[in-house]
Amino acid sequence: MNERTAPIFLKYLRPNKAFPTVWCEGCGIGIILGAIVRALDSLGIDPSEVAMVSGIGCSGRMPVYVDFASMHVTHGRALAVATGLKLARPNMKLIVVMGDGDAVAIGGNHFIHASRRNLDMCAIVVNNMTYGMTGGQFSPTTPTGDPSYTSAYGTIEPVLDIPALAVAAGAPFVARTTVYHVMEMQRIIARALGRKTFSVVEVLSNCHTYYGKMTGMKTAVEMLRWMKESTAPVTLAPERRIDKMPRGVLHDVERTEYGEAYQELLVRARADRARVVAAGVPLP
Amino acid sequence: MPMSDPTSSEPAPRATDPRLAPESNVRFWDGNRACAEGAIMAGLGFYGGYPITPSTEIAEFLSWRLPQEGGVFIQMEDEIASLAACIGASYGGLKAMTATSGPGFSLCQENLGLACMTETPLVLVNVQRMGPSTGQPTRPSQGDLMQAVWGTHGDHPIIVLSPSSVAEMLSLTVRAFNLSERFRTPVVLLADEMVAHMREKVELPPPGTLDVWNRPRPLNPPEDYVAYAETPDQVPPMATFGEGGYRYHVTGLFHDQDGFPTDSPPVIDAWMHRVFRKIEQNLDLICSWELLVDGEVYDSSNAQAGLEAVPRCDLLLVSYGCSARAAVAVPRERARTAVLRLKTVWPLHERFMGDLLGRVPNVLVVEMNRGQMTREIERLAAGRSRVRGVLRYDGEMITPAHVLAAARELS
Ligand SMILES: Cc1ncc(C[n+]2csc(CCOP(=O)(O)OP(=O)(O)O)c2C)c(N)n1
Ligand code: SF4
Repeated sequence: MNERTAPIFLKYLRPNKAFPTVWCEGCGIGIILGAIVRALDSLGIDPSEVAMVSGIGCSGRMPVYVDFASMHVTHGRALAVATGLKLARPNMKLIVVMGDGDAVAIGGNHFIHASRRNLDMCAIVVNNMTYGMTGGQFSPTTPTGDPSYTSAYGTIEPVLDIPALAVAAGAPFVARTTVYHVMEMQRIIARALGRKTFSVVEVLSNCHTYYGKMTGMKTAVEMLRWMKESTAPVTLAPERRIDKMPRGVLHDVERTEYGEAYQELLVRARADRARVVAAGVPLP
Repeated sequence: MPMSDPTSSEPAPRATDPRLAPESNVRFWDGNRACAEGAIMAGLGFYGGYPITPSTEIAEFLSWRLPQEGGVFIQMEDEIASLAACIGASYGGLKAMTATSGPGFSLCQENLGLACMTETPLVLVNVQRMGPSTGQPTRPSQGDLMQAVWGTHGDHPIIVLSPSSVAEMLSLTVRAFNLSERFRTPVVLLADEMVAHMREKVELPPPGTLDVWNRPRPLNPPEDYVAYAETPDQVPPMATFGEGGYRYHVTGLFHDQDGFPTDSPPVIDAWMHRVFRKIEQNLDLICSWELLVDGEVYDSSNAQAGLEAVPRCDLLLVSYGCSARAAVAVPRERARTAVLRLKTVWPLHERFMGDLLGRVPNVLVVEMNRGQMTREIERLAAGRSRVRGVLRYDGEMITPAHVLAAARELS
């Protein structure tokens, strides 16, 4: 922690309570935590207005370190819990942190329907292409053919494209970035947090401990190099990014936000109530 | 259902029945409607659910009525999400509920555990149908009793209430909210298809007379707030997320008083003791029942008088929910029969029950499953009385004739 970053971390983190983190040295999740905190600071958001909700996994441990209202719930269910919380506290800024297994394997149904509903929150999917917490089994985003602790002969399963799923299900803001591209990640998260929509940010992250070890990238540095080399900005002409994963803001459209639609529904319901009462119908 | 099409200008049809003058406090409702109305009276702020027979009418009614009161109704993608959303809403400061049945109740079990672990006030209504699996959706059963108590994994306290009438669908729903708020615990309202779908008279409490309890709120400022503090009554005050600057951590992991994860055996042990103690030391408040002896009704407020009256009988029937309707009809046909109708089916008031069960030679437990309560009663009788079950599990209601036949076999 240098002098410039210290105040931010004191403002947004729980340095005296929760640290050191449970994460392996060099794990990308810490880089993502830093980017989230700096993005919040860049927007001048008060920590008392923020709630962070997570599911289960290495990435699910993030809320314990942030000095917000924080919830660490069941595997895959973070978006569903966040949906209830956001509807109860519409003015809170919600950040939902999930691993790839958390978000699109066990939590896939919630991910689809949260994207479809478009309730204002920022969903950050830490895609480390493995189940880190349980020790390196393959996930829906593990590249086909890769070995893992449950694919001794290489996975034979196709990869789920998280941003494509989010777009198809209706999420109006969808982005992908990596822990190598720290400044880009921070800008994208700030943009997602600045919007009043369901915003999905997939962050490719390194689990060198398991995924890297199984695929010949034993250190964080090797994995970061791989991220640098295997991705390209989506703004680049397609012929200049052949065989590379596009990153940046992939999808950005306007759609009615669920909370706003609900406020309109309440107006109709109140009018209906007045009409029923005027007709002399007892309530209850 | 008095469903009104929000786009039509006609008032809700059934509710305009001229026999129901607005000033009358008598209603003729089905149980699901009574449950939904009770929830609104108790201060329901959030309903998240997924349709399933025979509970669906609760969601249908609330989708119309709850927004009228400014509350949130949302149809979630499944019952896992429904209970999850209730937990989020409860930490957001709203009284939250979901209603489901068999298969959906099974899906709720994961987050019911999260609610237990995080001491989240909420009400989970299970309108029981016959199971396992899809079973028989339109038939009553009491086969989920032990699932309501132990369905989620791990040791945990929980409160389960079971209504026997439409009137109790209302009053016990209110009570379920009150207990959940007072003790920061999920409460299961274990109803059944019969009570949910039949119509009966309900007398509404006169305006302003309903007892509504709210969760304890922190008196400490945020900087001194301890999220899961040991308090004299073991119930930690609950701060609302996003209100008043209270920022704290909530986790499904075992946690210390500050809410942070721990694997320390003494801290885990202290948590276990506290959450069980907060229920066990308040059994007088949590457990309610009606004991019928010679046409007199004794409840928890005059338990001792009930205990003293019971030895006049040679048979005690113990029942709850829909099957208690058969049990309470038996004393008309058979003299010297007492009936204990449990409204709180978990926890059981072990001291009262143990005492009671020792005062009669024969006990018949009347229930619509294969003996889930019977075994509990047998345990509490501890050999001092002969306990048998009068059980039915074919989707038809148990009748007083069944109970009488079983009583005849005793002698
Ligand atoms: C219902 C349920 N099933 C399985 C688990 C075990 N489990 C814990 S974390 C995890 C996977 C984590 O992988 P991911 O979501 O990708 O997050 P990461 O640890 O990689 O950050 C699993 C399967 C669980 N906690 N709950
Ligand atoms: S196991 Fe992988 S994902 Fe988990 S902390 Fe270690 S490096 Fe990070």
